[in-house]
Amino acid sequence: MASSKMGVEQRFVAALLGRSTEDELQYTEDLIGNNFSNYSAWHNRSMLLSEILKRKEQESSSQDIISKEYEFVLNALYTDPDDQSGWFYHLWLLDQTFKVKAPLLVSSWPVPGSELIVSGNVSPGDHPLTSFSEFTVALERFPVVLYFNQTVEGVNSSTVTIQCTFVQNEDVTWKPLSPQNSRASKVWVGYLDLSGVDHHSSAPHTIEVKLGHHQGINSSNGLQLSVPFDLSFTVSVKSLETQSSKDEKVAWEEDKFYACETHLQVAIPSLCYDGIAVENTYKPTTSDWQIETITEEISQIRNLLAISDSKIGKITLARLLMAHDAMSSPYATKTVHAEEVLGLYSELMKLDPSHSQYYKDERSLVLLQQLLSSRGMLLRHCFYYGGITSSSTHGPICLRLNNQSISRMGSFDKLLWVQMLDLSDNELHSIEGLEAMQLLHWLNLGRNKLRSFTALGPLRCLKSLKVLNISHNEIGLHSIDTTRYSCSASPLSHNGEIIWNGDEFSPENADVTNYWEAFMVFKSLELTQLDIVGNAVANEKFKSFLLKVLPKLQFLDGQNLH
Amino acid sequence: MSRPDPAAHEPGGRRSAEIQSSLAAPVRLVHRHRPSPLRARSLSLSFPPSLHLGGSVSRAAAAAMADLPPYPPIEPSSFDLVIVGTGLPESMLAAAASAAGKSVLHLDPNPFYGSHFASLSPDDLAGFLGPRPPSPDPAAASGGGDLAAARIDVRSLYSDVEISSFAPEKLEQHSRKFNLDLAGPRVLFCADKAIDAILRSGANQYVEFKSIDASLFYDKGGNLVNVPDSRAAIFKDKSLSLVEKNVLMRFFKLVQQHFSGDGESDRIAEEDLASPFVEFLAKMRLPEKIKLVILYAIAMADYDQEDKEACKVVISTKEGIERLALYHSSVGRFANAVGALIYPIYGQGELAQAFCRRAAVKGCIYVLRMPVIALHMDKESGQYRGVRLGSGQDIFSHKLVLDPSFTVPSSIGSLPQMSLMENVQVKAKVARGICILTSSLRPDVSNFLIVYPPKSLYPEQVTSVRVVQIGGNLAVCPSGMNALTPDLDRDFTSFDVCMATRIY
Repeated sequence: MASSKMGVEQRFVAALLGRSTEDELQYTEDLIGNNFSNYSAWHNRSMLLSEILKRKEQESSSQDIISKEYEFVLNALYTDPDDQSGWFYHLWLLDQTFKVKAPLLVSSWPVPGSELIVSGNVSPGDHPLTSFSEFTVALERFPVVLYFNQTVEGVNSSTVTIQCTFVQNEDVTWKPLSPQNSRASKVWVGYLDLSGVDHHSSAPHTIEVKLGHHQGINSSNGLQLSVPFDLSFTVSVKSLETQSSKDEKVAWEEDKFYACETHLQVAIPSLCYDGIAVENTYKPTTSDWQIETITEEISQIRNLLAISDSKIGKITLARLLMAHDAMSSPYATKTVHAEEVLGLYSELMKLDPSHSQYYKDERSLVLLQQLLSSRGMLLRHCFYYGGITSSSTHGPICLRLNNQSISRMGSFDKLLWVQMLDLSDNELHSIEGLEAMQLLHWLNLGRNKLRSFTALGPLRCLKSLKVLNISHNEIGLHSIDTTRYSCSASPLSHNGEIIWNGDEFSPENADVTNYWEAFMVFKSLELTQLDIVGNAVANEKFKSFLLKVLPKLQFLDGQNLH
Repeated sequence: MSRPDPAAHEPGGRRSAEIQSSLAAPVRLVHRHRPSPLRARSLSLSFPPSLHLGGSVSRAAAAAMADLPPYPPIEPSSFDLVIVGTGLPESMLAAAASAAGKSVLHLDPNPFYGSHFASLSPDDLAGFLGPRPPSPDPAAASGGGDLAAARIDVRSLYSDVEISSFAPEKLEQHSRKFNLDLAGPRVLFCADKAIDAILRSGANQYVEFKSIDASLFYDKGGNLVNVPDSRAAIFKDKSLSLVEKNVLMRFFKLVQQHFSGDGESDRIAEEDLASPFVEFLAKMRLPEKIKLVILYAIAMADYDQEDKEACKVVISTKEGIERLALYHSSVGRFANAVGALIYPIYGQGELAQAFCRRAAVKGCIYVLRMPVIALHMDKESGQYRGVRLGSGQDIFSHKLVLDPSFTVPSSIGSLPQMSLMENVQVKAKVARGICILTSSLRPDVSNFLIVYPPKSLYPEQVTSVRVVQIGGNLAVCPSGMNALTPDLDRDFTSFDVCMATRIY
């Protein structure tokens, strides 16, 4: 606070005196020279340089300036690695160097070129999904998910056009996928109504999605989607078997899962953007200068860590290594440094226990990237679910990331295709970002560290979710849930998606008020199975509330309700 | 300099080590306008009137001192302490004894204050360094009654003096604007005990300092580089590699922790403290360049610490880190001092004068141009009783302090105490030079210290050579000129004698 205030005053005075930015920059250099533990001087320097960089039109002169600044700040880092002010400036420099400029589409569902077989409106047990190409979705709400590298706005039917025989482009509404009610998001979904497609003919229908041909998709700093992008895929609708819907309980037991690595390795299509899927479109470009800079910084920080133990140096190295991997492989398909980064975060958790949650979260994200980095790696975590007795064939394919010590979920761009996800026995305290997984049907969050229904907010966007296990978490255990204040899902916030219908619940109004957060999550879901046992909140009163909020529920904590 | 110089640091033998002055702005590092270049004369006017206004007529003084104006006799004729020579140690003693309530007579045969610590004009300097007048005839000092007279000789403390001038007319033109240090090169650490003594004695009222702007080191490549002596200096340094910066700063922190840390783990092990500093630095894996900087430019080691044979004073780790700590506590002690070192305006001679002034305020009586020609000894016990002055007056006192340029020949009867004086031996000699330059060695700064570590100038160099350049803004030379005082070589052995002061 104080430092930024001083910076503002400094600039104000400088403007009054008519001093040039360059003079001011020299002044900050003198101040830093006298004592480099001077946050305000470093901060002021970053502000002044931003102005200067903005004025530079040639890329190379900006690069020269930034390179000199690296040299300058490294002197501070090496002289006293325990001093944080220099590290903050270093971080700012890294931001300048690797600033993502234009928005870019990094993932989508469906993946370009995929040939999907879709069956709709069935209950989970009836239609076993035997391959990576088969999906169960409500045909009138067939989702197309666009996943960008940064928050964008302006995704609508004029910036994204859908071409297929049975859907009018104008009918498609694009929505930002974010629990917050905002106009911008990294992930957008558009629902196509496929209910008019002939169920009895299995002929594939081609659907083409074109984006970026018209301006309008902007990042928060006003930059346009860099390159137009076309994705086309085919959908064939599988005929419905007219078997009566006989719901079966999904049991998340170990012996119900069968590894599918051996069966399907060859046959699986691209599930996410891994360079092959998007080979013919474009690749994001990284300049030689950026590569050189990051390589140089990595070696400098490595040298420093070899002689000096510095926590902030370790974080910086971890970030640099991940940035390096991301640059050399834009779709995060190569994680050359993942092991080293995981090691760094593990060390940091020990060295700095007061911030171990942060390190654990960062570590989880890296671990997920590593687990999902290649098709081969991914397959190791894919299992057939065999718990459905009425089916003679395989059950749905389940991605199992259970028991990995994950405290935070990430890499959603690789997971858009997943229908059945097992995240049990982890340390999740948040499922932020899960809203991108629009196809999710079955979700196991059992035995994690979720502390509130507010933390389950992202589930509200998962319209396909039918089976949910949140047993053995910490919901209701802590009287004060800090996440609720940072989330918009509260009675005080306005959220267009949830329509308050007082009449519907008028007799139980007291319950709704008591369990407001639970109500906000479950109101928009049509769960058929819920496991909530093992949470402090799960008493009889709450269960009876759940039965009212979830009228389609058939199994609650394993009990058949019918 | 930081050389151990206990006599100069402790007035009256009192330890003032741990006492930091509480005065807010004790050393005003501001330029002071001085009306008269003749410091010594104007100073004497402020002395207590007893010196100049003594009523009775001199007894037989004028005869012996034909070239000097006749002095009125000194009253009283008996003191607790007589000090001969107004060098820095003697002046500190005078100030301390006076402050302690002793009656003190402080004499100097020279017409200026400071003796071998004075700052002089080129003419006076040449005169002082030149041949001495012969000692007065011992017969003139014949004792009477139960006293025996012992002749006092004056010896030169300089084994060789050479003066040459390349532009005598220019020097002549500005002659009175020079204050060249006899005892140079000397600069003071801001946190030096000597500074504490100046503050505690109150002598700081009479002397002002300025900052030495840079401390330079002559590196292996023959370049003069700034001594990376602080965190900020390390950060700004252009000659150290990043790794060297890290290593040096970590070493500084290690030493800092040793002095300020609470835990035993913060402290440097006892066995390391007892080991030679140079070995400890090696153990800490400090690169060669850093080692040299710490040893010679920060800890100010005199002798080549790595040459076991030539090294006469090995610095222990304990001593080394204390010097390092002294250096660091010096940086930033006074608001106007940019580095660790300061220098008195108008030269080193100001320090001795400041103590003399302090002593005078406390009642010490000063007489300049007053030689002492003989000691009076008790014939029976051989005890010291008094001195005979050049004016012929006899002064009696309990104690006597002579500066090291005086000797008492041993051939005085069989007086047992006399032999003590002969214990003083020349242990080492220092080669000193003063160069007057018309332009600075460095274009950007005028006051700086340069350290040439051992072996850096020539292979046989076993001691470090230190050079101080003082510019016109310190009033030691006219502006536009610089006085350069290199402490050339110690391989002839220093004269510790010169610093030692003996009390009889």
